Amino acid sequence: MRNIWTIARREYNHFFTSPIAYVVAFAILLIVGAIFALVILDASNNAFSGFGSTAPSISAVVWWFNFMIILSTPALTMRLISEEHRMGTVELLLTAPVRDWELVIGKWLGGFLFMLTIIAVTLIYPFILNSLETPGIDQGQMMSAYLGLILLSAALLGLGVGISSLFNNQIAAFFATLAVFIFLTWIVSFISQIAPGGKDLFSYLSMNTHFDSLNSGTINLTDIVYFLSLTALGLFTGATAVEVRRWS
Amino acid sequence: MIRVEGLTKDYGARRAISNLNFEAKQGEIVGFLGPNGAGKTTTMRILTGYMPPTDGSALVAGFDVVDESLEVRKRVGYLPETVPLYTDMTAYDYLKFMADLRQIPDSSERADEALEMVGMESRANSFISSLSKGMRQRIGLAQALIHRPEVLILDEPTIGLDPGQVVEVRKLIREIGKERTVLLSTHILSEAQQICDRVLIINKGKIVAEDTPENLQSRLVGSERVALRVRGESDGLSKIITKVKGVQSVHSAPDGSIEFQFAPGQDVRPEVAKAVVNAGYDLLELRPVGMSLEEIFLELTREDNRRK
Repeated sequence: MRNIWTIARREYNHFFTSPIAYVVAFAILLIVGAIFALVILDASNNAFSGFGSTAPSISAVVWWFNFMIILSTPALTMRLISEEHRMGTVELLLTAPVRDWELVIGKWLGGFLFMLTIIAVTLIYPFILNSLETPGIDQGQMMSAYLGLILLSAALLGLGVGISSLFNNQIAAFFATLAVFIFLTWIVSFISQIAPGGKDLFSYLSMNTHFDSLNSGTINLTDIVYFLSLTALGLFTGATAVEVRRWS
Repeated sequence: MIRVEGLTKDYGARRAISNLNFEAKQGEIVGFLGPNGAGKTTTMRILTGYMPPTDGSALVAGFDVVDESLEVRKRVGYLPETVPLYTDMTAYDYLKFMADLRQIPDSSERADEALEMVGMESRANSFISSLSKGMRQRIGLAQALIHRPEVLILDEPTIGLDPGQVVEVRKLIREIGKERTVLLSTHILSEAQQICDRVLIINKGKIVAEDTPENLQSRLVGSERVALRVRGESDGLSKIITKVKGVQSVHSAPDGSIEFQFAPGQDVRPEVAKAVVNAGYDLLELRPVGMSLEEIFLELTREDNRRK
């Protein structure tokens, strides 16, 4: 366990010296902030022009947050393992008394903690919204939505680490990861809408189904299991890839 | 302690090393000598647990490199050929990270100690990206020493260092080699001659010779060689020496002297000296020349190539 923590801590600190991480954090926070401002503006316009006064919910902001995480996670994970190969430092890690899965989980945990930091920053929006509305926002729904964001980040980072371990080239890792993410979210959703059969299966496979459910405020065990399974799958792929590479 | 038996590694269809057998005892510095692509790095990577062998076995510090890989890795310090450094970290942070990864309890003190050992304490807070190649090499060495390993495996440890640093690092390795086992690879033969107790010459994945540098020299030299120098021009001297009975071969050395060989035990030096003086030359020097490790190496690898 200590090895995982040592690797995660280095990785987490590395994010704060890396321009990519700042760009990713900036992009996410900018877009989410802009959406938040627009949501408030829209609600106040509606209220003034007499179109009813539905209080704005946090779920629109969270949905865009989800979108930004899907787009930007590949940029965070692309270098996690592939860069170790490029710099030759993989020789250091693989000859240190560290198990392959400890290395992969450490890498993932570093990225996950960084994403949690970004998520924590955005908690300011529900707090603002809560103070603007009477009697305040639906806190249960908000917590469910944030649980969705955390689970989604865990799963995407897990898959990203797994895919990164298959590549030596960061750009290749980036696009492969992005393609997998887009497939798991929008393409599978689209298939589930038009497929003649197996609607339930495709709907279950789609990340959107599970995220939307959490975002709307219902916490189902299936959704949690789904995201945790994807995380495990990604980490397993990563650990296997590291071990297979030793033999080649 | 390192013991290697029948070690073989294939990369696809290409055999990188085949059936290597050797041993390195505690307190011994063993040099691994060979041209590029001979299999030195492959062997070292197997011994450090980076990759498993295709066949054969290796015992490092008493543990099997495949079955007890983690135990081996705890006890081995390894400096790979391309020094593995995180350039975005400071020298101190990097070494502390390595110490933490090796689960050393007092990792900060050890990082300082390792920096001091390689004479880099003044650059502790410099980012590794700002360090010169020689400094990076020393940080790499510090990383290999930080956990006071029983076995030290160094792939080309002095490459890229300036002459002063080379002397320093060699001294450091000799110091370490007194109590621990050191296996180092090099293609600088004089380096092997200077620091190694024993030399393994490897070519095309096979060990072609194994001995102390001195023994290798005497074993291979089938004849004795002497360099001769005279005042002024030495034109025509070769012919005169060739005529002396017992001289096997004569050739001019690049430094202007003339070298001749004769069979061991049939010392022809007095005859050669007489002939040279009688021919009217002023004889300045008559000096025995040992076969350099370079020549031994070329000789051995040539023989090996011919056999194939």
